[in-house]
Amino acid sequence: MAIRVQEAPFDYGAECSAFAAGTEGAGAVVTFCGIVRDNDGTLRGMDIEHYPGMTERALAGIEAEARNRWPLSDALIIHRFGPLVPNDMIMMVATAARHRADAFAAAEFLMDYLKSRAPFWKKEHSADGADWVAAKDEDEAALTRW
Amino acid sequence: MTLTVLYFAWLRERIGEPRDTITTEAATVADLVAELRTREERYALAFSDLGSIRVALDQELSEFDAPLAGVREVAFFPPMTGG
Repeated sequence: MAIRVQEAPFDYGAECSAFAAGTEGAGAVVTFCGIVRDNDGTLRGMDIEHYPGMTERALAGIEAEARNRWPLSDALIIHRFGPLVPNDMIMMVATAARHRADAFAAAEFLMDYLKSRAPFWKKEHSADGADWVAAKDEDEAALTRW
Repeated sequence: MTLTVLYFAWLRERIGEPRDTITTEAATVADLVAELRTREERYALAFSDLGSIRVALDQELSEFDAPLAGVREVAFFPPMTGG
């Protein structure tokens, strides 16, 4: 189980390989990676701000809740902060379980919760200026399914 | 009591500071917000719509009617946009 909050990039392929190689008794590994998306070709970059201290606590709490709900043999969360440009990887989660249904469900749970319960805020920079990304109602609604 | 009050994202920008140290007798978060609003125009502006603000007490998500007794760190921020 690992949680990393970092400004530096991470190597998604290497992280996935190391995670899969390090699991014991797992028959399934699910990995997800979030990327800076440029919807209409105008995005220059993004700044991700976070709340040091609370971020790590919130992620640890979310991960612990996932382990309560599903029999996971391992889980990994990496989330970056600081300046990013389109196509940069923002974050990743990985889950390992005996069976794939648990690994998939836990990965989705981690994603749903860290979108609206981990203290990160995104500010997008485009040719028109800079704007804080607004939280979506659907992200909050997504929590009700768990 | 003396509180460390932190601001993030657009709240930080509107207030112009990432943190304040505030000595207050406020009983709840709502009382503290009412006190902050009277400080200066920039605080009144930042706290004009509580529906778009979340609060954490000692790094745990909380509510505006929560008591402040025993709390050391209060953080105000917009809804989170991780992932």
